[in-house]
Amino acid sequence: MSQHPTTYVPKSAFGRWFESRLPIAGLVHSSFVAFPVPRNLTYFWTFGAILSFMLVAQIVTGVFLAMYYTPNAGMAFQSVEHIMRDVNYGWLIRYLHANGASMFFIAVYLHIFRNFYYGSYKAPREVLYILGVIIFILMMATAFMGYVLPWGQMSFWGATVITNLFSAIPLVGETIVSYLWGGYSVGNPTLNRFFSLHYLLPFMIAGVVALHIWALHVPGQNNPTGIPIKSGKDAVPFTPYATIKDIFAVVVFLIFFAYWVFYMPNYLGHADNYIPANPAVTPSHIVPEWYFLPFYAILRAIPDKLGGVIAMGAAIVIWVFMPWLDTSKVRSTAYRPLYKQFFWVFVGVCLVLGWLGSRPAEGWYVIASQICTVYYFAHFLIVLPVLGFVERPLPLPNSILESVMGVQKGGAGMPAGANAEPQSKG
Amino acid sequence: MMKRIVLIAAAVLGLSAPAFAAGETPVPPQLKWSFQGPFGTFDRAQLQRGFKVYREVCASCHGLSYVAFRNLAQPGGPEFSEAQVRALAAEYKIQDGPNDAGDMFERAGRAADRFPSPFPNENAAAAANGGKAPPDLSLMAKARTYERGFPWWITDIFRQYSENGADYLVALLNGYHEAPQGFKVPEGGHYNEFYPGHVIAMPKPLSDGQVEYPKNEAGQPQVPETVDQYARDVTAFLTWTAEPHLEARKRLGFQVILFLIVLAGLLYFTKKKIWARVGGEVEGHATPPMTHNP
Repeated sequence: MSQHPTTYVPKSAFGRWFESRLPIAGLVHSSFVAFPVPRNLTYFWTFGAILSFMLVAQIVTGVFLAMYYTPNAGMAFQSVEHIMRDVNYGWLIRYLHANGASMFFIAVYLHIFRNFYYGSYKAPREVLYILGVIIFILMMATAFMGYVLPWGQMSFWGATVITNLFSAIPLVGETIVSYLWGGYSVGNPTLNRFFSLHYLLPFMIAGVVALHIWALHVPGQNNPTGIPIKSGKDAVPFTPYATIKDIFAVVVFLIFFAYWVFYMPNYLGHADNYIPANPAVTPSHIVPEWYFLPFYAILRAIPDKLGGVIAMGAAIVIWVFMPWLDTSKVRSTAYRPLYKQFFWVFVGVCLVLGWLGSRPAEGWYVIASQICTVYYFAHFLIVLPVLGFVERPLPLPNSILESVMGVQKGGAGMPAGANAEPQSKG
Repeated sequence: MMKRIVLIAAAVLGLSAPAFAAGETPVPPQLKWSFQGPFGTFDRAQLQRGFKVYREVCASCHGLSYVAFRNLAQPGGPEFSEAQVRALAAEYKIQDGPNDAGDMFERAGRAADRFPSPFPNENAAAAANGGKAPPDLSLMAKARTYERGFPWWITDIFRQYSENGADYLVALLNGYHEAPQGFKVPEGGHYNEFYPGHVIAMPKPLSDGQVEYPKNEAGQPQVPETVDQYARDVTAFLTWTAEPHLEARKRLGFQVILFLIVLAGLLYFTKKKIWARVGGEVEGHATPPMTHNP
C-alpha cells in the first residue's frame, strides 16, 4: 500500500521463497511497520484505528446476529426477541451491534472534525479525503437499513419517511421508490432487500477503507502543525510507536463503548422500536437515529419537499468540494486565528442542528433550523473561500520537531534515541 | 441539581413529585427501584408478587407472549422452583397439533410453552375491547417512555437513568382520577393524568385489596395491598419480562469494564516505556506566538 520501497528481507528461507512470489509480508511491513508517522500526532489521530476496529466489530457481531435473525415482516421482530431472550449471550451480541453503530458514528464524527480542524483534506490529500466522504455515505446507508431490520414501529415508519424522500425526484422518483419498496408500500420485500443490502454494504465499506488507507500511505499523515515531515527526525516508525498508542486508544474507547452496552443499552434507541411494526398506527413523533439528526433538520428546514431533499444531499456532497473551497494555504487551524473562531461556531451550528432535528417541525424550531441551515452552507460557500484571502495566519514553524521540541528546549536538538531509527524519507 | 435532589427525595418518600411543569402531561415521579444503577438486581419477592398481579388482573386482557413458563424459574427472574413452574404451566390449556390423525388438540401446558394469549387473534382482542386490542405486555417496560428534556437527558447518561418506562407505568396505573372540570371524556374512554392526551381506553385496572399478598407470621400482608404497591410490583415484573437478562448484563458489565481499565492502565505504561526510546511522547504543536513576525 505504500510507495515507500521496503527494505524488508524475510529471515527464513521459506519467507524469502514466498516473498519473491507474493510480497505480502513486505507490503504489510512497509505499510504498518516502517511507515513514517509524524511524531507529534495527538489522540485525535487514533480514530482511524478505532474506526477500523469498529468496522470489524460490527461485521463480526452482525454475522452472528444474521445466524438467528429472520428477515420476514411477520417474524423479524420476534426473531430479535428470540436473540434477546433465548440465544446464549444473544442480548450481548445484539446490544454490541446496536450500540456499536452509535459508537461508529461518534468516532467517525470526531475523525471528520479532526480533519476539518487540521486541514487534512487539503492538497495532497484530496483523494484520500473524498474516499472518506464516500465511506461516510455508505455508513449512513448501512446504518439506516440496519435500523429497519428489527421491524419495530420506528423501523417501519423511519423506512417509510426516508424512502418516500426519493419520490421527490422529478420523473423517475416514483419508480425509484417502488424499486426500493419492492411494491407499493414498505413491506416484506422492502425488509428482504434492506437485509440483503445491510449485509453487503459493510464489505463495500471495507473495500473503500482499503483504498482510504492506501491513499493515506502515499502522502503520509497530516499532523497538528499541518506542515509535512521534512526530515527523519520529524517522524517515528508506525510500529511500535503508533501501534501501541492506537491499541491504548482503542481500549479506552472500548471502556466508553462498554458503558453504553452494559448500563444504558437502550438509551440511544427509541422506545417505540420495542413496539412491533404496525402500518395502521403512526407514531406521534417519527425521529431518525441521533447521528442523522443534523441532516434531518436541514431536510425539514426547507418547506419544499424536493428542495429539502436537495439541501440534505448537498449538506454532505458539499464536503467533497472542501479542498477547493478552502483557499487558505495554511492547513492547521492552530495557525489560523480567525478561522479557529469560525470553526467552533460551525461545530456549534452542527450540534444545534442535531438538537433541532429531534424537535417536532413546528413553530420557532423551523425558523431556527432555517437559520442554521443557511449558516451551514455559508460556512462552506462564503467563510472557507473568503478567509483564505483576508486572514493573516500566524507564522508556521520550520519543522514539526521545532514546533514540538525546539521551542520549549530552545532548539537543543534531538534526544539521543531518535537517531537510532533513521527514516529514509519524509 | 437541587431540583433533581428534591425530586428524588420526593420520589423516595413516596410523595408524588409536584412536577407539573409546562405542558399538558405531567412528568412521572422517579421512583427507587432495586434494579437501577450498576449493581441493580431484581427483588425476587417483588417479582413474584408482580407476577401474581399480572396473572390475576392484567392477564385477562393482556398477553405476555414472549415469555415462557420456564423463564419464571431461570436465574435473575422471579426464580420460582421448577416444580412450581411445572404446576403453574399445567393450569393452562395449550393448543397443539396436528396429531397423527391430523387433528388439533388441547393439552396441559409445559414449562417450555409460552404464555398463551387471552384472545385468539388481534381482531378478536379488539372486538372484545371496544375496538382497540390491549397490547402485549412482554416489552411494555421498554416500549414506553416520557420526554426528559434538557438538561436531564444529559445527566441521565451519568446517573444511568434507564427506568423511564417503569416510572411511567407506575404513574399511569396510579393516574386514574375524576376528570377535571370542563374536561370531556369521550364515550368508552377513561381519564388518566399521565396518559398522553389523558383519555385511555383501559378502565382503571387496580383497586386496593384486589390481590391477596403473602402473609407474615402475624397474619398481616408483607407489603400493603394498595394500588400503588400493586403498580410497583407489576411494573418490576414487567421490567424483568422486558429485560430478562438485566442482572447478568450488569454483572458482566462490571467485570468487563474492570478488566478494560486494568488493560488500559498496562497499555498506558507500555506506551510510555516505548516512547521513552525516542525521548518521550510529544504531541500537538507549540502554542504559536500570538503576534505576527514582521
